[in-house]
Amino acid sequence: MMAAPSEKVPVLIEARGLSKSFGPVEVLHEVGLTVRPGEVHAIIGENGAGKSTLMKILAGTHAPTRGEIRIDGQAVQFSGPVDAEHRGIVLVHQEILLAPDLTVAQNIYLGRELPKGLTVDDRAMNEGAARALADLGSEIDPKATVGRLSIAQRQLVQIARVLLVPHRVVIFDEPTASLTPFETEALLKVITDIRAKGVGILYISHRLPEVKEIADRVTVLRDGHVVATHDVSELEPADMARLMVGRDVSKLYPDRQAAAVQDKVLEVEDFNVPGYARHASFHLNKGEILGFAGLVGAGRTELMEGVVGLRRGSGTVRHLGQPASFADAQASLKAGIAYLSEDRKGKGLLLLKDLATNLTLASIGKFVRGLQIDRKRESEALDAAIAEFDIRTGRKDLLAGQLSGGNQQKLLIAKMMLLDPSIVIIDEPTRGIDIGTKEQIYKFIARLAQEGRSIIVISSEMPELIGICDRILVMRSGEIVGEVTGERMTENDIVVLATGVNPGMTSGEAA
Amino acid sequence: MNTAASDTAKPKTSRDWDLRAVAPFIALALLLVLGALANDNFISVANLSNVITRSAFIAIIALGATYVISSGGLDLSVGAMVAFVASLMILFMNSGVIADPLLMLIAGMALALAIGAACGLFNGLITTVGQIEPFIATLGTMGIYRGLTTWLSQGGAITLRDRELQALYRPVYFGEVLGVPVPIIAIFVTAAIAAFVLYRTRYGRHLIAVGSNEDVARYSGISVKRVRTIAYVVQGLCVAIAVLLYVPRLGSTSATTGILWELQAITAVVVGGTALRGGVGRIWGTVCGAFILEIVGNIMILSNFVSEYLIGAIQGAIIIIAMLVQRSLSRRS
Repeated sequence: MMAAPSEKVPVLIEARGLSKSFGPVEVLHEVGLTVRPGEVHAIIGENGAGKSTLMKILAGTHAPTRGEIRIDGQAVQFSGPVDAEHRGIVLVHQEILLAPDLTVAQNIYLGRELPKGLTVDDRAMNEGAARALADLGSEIDPKATVGRLSIAQRQLVQIARVLLVPHRVVIFDEPTASLTPFETEALLKVITDIRAKGVGILYISHRLPEVKEIADRVTVLRDGHVVATHDVSELEPADMARLMVGRDVSKLYPDRQAAAVQDKVLEVEDFNVPGYARHASFHLNKGEILGFAGLVGAGRTELMEGVVGLRRGSGTVRHLGQPASFADAQASLKAGIAYLSEDRKGKGLLLLKDLATNLTLASIGKFVRGLQIDRKRESEALDAAIAEFDIRTGRKDLLAGQLSGGNQQKLLIAKMMLLDPSIVIIDEPTRGIDIGTKEQIYKFIARLAQEGRSIIVISSEMPELIGICDRILVMRSGEIVGEVTGERMTENDIVVLATGVNPGMTSGEAA
Repeated sequence: MNTAASDTAKPKTSRDWDLRAVAPFIALALLLVLGALANDNFISVANLSNVITRSAFIAIIALGATYVISSGGLDLSVGAMVAFVASLMILFMNSGVIADPLLMLIAGMALALAIGAACGLFNGLITTVGQIEPFIATLGTMGIYRGLTTWLSQGGAITLRDRELQALYRPVYFGEVLGVPVPIIAIFVTAAIAAFVLYRTRYGRHLIAVGSNEDVARYSGISVKRVRTIAYVVQGLCVAIAVLLYVPRLGSTSATTGILWELQAITAVVVGGTALRGGVGRIWGTVCGAFILEIVGNIMILSNFVSEYLIGAIQGAIIIIAMLVQRSLSRRS
């Protein structure tokens, strides 16, 4: 399956027949792959396909149950991540793992400070950090406190920290998950530069156009098996999606008849959220799906949190024509407005509690008989939610944190729908969710609108907004800067509004 | 509600959490065996009922502490609150505003409950509305309650003067119902109510949610401040119930009453398996933890290998050992 021309190039690292079991569950099955110097090898697959496990084995965090890893043709066994690092295999984590109160240089050298007598050599470390960042094409001040940097800058610092170790293979685990389009472009350029030095790169991502752009070869994982390894030239994003899901997903977005009822259920005028949103005015029609586009940090989440009372804000809100002001989520939920946070793990679900507890948390009043919670009815509600929203869980007594990201999102939707809200605000509904589940989430959203509910979707994925929304408002730096509808609902129009400049580029998407 | 905390993606088996919930009871059983080996008198009904009776104050206060800690809070003021509530109660009963002793007693008890609830409410409002860290807030009120008690007692003792009232009140600590000492009944009745509210009611569910993750609770439309404040009020009520049992025991209170009881209450809660970070509350574990503390002291007195003056050190060691055991159990799961 591998392309012929590259076969003469030596292999840096090779996985042979890697299998990994957790208890009785085998999450990786006989996986083989190779990375050559100067190539970007992308690993794609749905959540739960085994990507993270594979990466953790290659980076020395987990030991394989069967199979072996070879470096330069020699079989090796890592005693741990540090051992893997010594052998030149480094991992850039998806999450930002930096100490926010330390400076950039202090973070880069954390745990390997340069000594100077009994103290540390701050000057050398600042210079080293500046050099490391310059190598990545960045001019971040090494003396700046990390807490003051943007997410993209922190990501660069994290990469600089990892690259300080002599490295031959760099593993990137979904590095662009929380970056804006421009930041993503910049990061991809950094990766291209690293590749040019002959380093082998393993690149994990959900974003298929990005994979198409940067990778040389692609390995597709599904259910712990390698489905295919191809040169990237042989695959279009749509093919990748098909291989990942195992069926045709060219129709990602549901058909829907525009429910063009000009009946305003929510009107917001001149709403301000200090520090985040200014003079925001918009309305939502009954049965409509209204999109909010914009770059990360444009103030969309904060505006919505302000409107539903989760955050301090001021302005005029009319709900069903009546003036309304929500002091907290209790008030807005009571009025039938549900906000589903983008931060599912931090604000949506109790990860250490079971599914039923999570499901009924917001609507527990409906499950109380006399003074007592009716556990039987709770359990029945869970059965119903599992069936209605296709929550895939082997057992009903799992903890919410044990579900995959997609199933957590389904559980969160089910939880809020128990309140039977008339207005649903969903923030980043498919962030970190694989393509098969995305399709389902879109269907749920379309169904909610079909039922006469009014929906606001906040998303940083423009194709998704274009695919499911009737109307899209674009925010930039805390202000609503425009609305696109009908023919003008294109990525280009949205990007122009979201950034204020015309980048003259659009990228395709798997669809 | 009793699901165990687990961060791993591995399938949860019922054995995992059983072990952690059951650990305090196993420890209690081991202690009973150890005590029986150390001294023949230990296992006698008279001794054990005596020990459990003495544990009543800490056990009941610790039930309230279970609520506060499960909600993600902490209350350091409970020991001082015992002294403060007891002082006001005795001063009121000494005032003679009500002539009939029985009515006076009932009014005094009602007053104690009201003052306890008010002290708890004060703690709760400072931490929730005032947004002061519970540690600092209750450290402050600990000083306030203790200082007010010292001032009320002018550094000495406050004693219930009316003989008739004393006689009437005495059975509340020394009496028995069907052969069971009243304080033991008080422990189990309070615990049963606490368990019902925590595990079966909407408020209990909200409390655990707030302790697990405040943001999730807030985004789910739960009033975090209200839930937390009520937990402190429950703590205050539990302190008052302990005072109701404490006053008839000696008929007096002083500026040093209840010193370090907050430490014992927190130890009982933690030994019982409640997570100090909140989100998990084990009512019966707390009761068990209070028994363990008292039994350890009792064994030390009955046996002669360790000086009873070391009780404080041993109790301090117990909390650390309990945490280490909890930690190793949670790692294994």
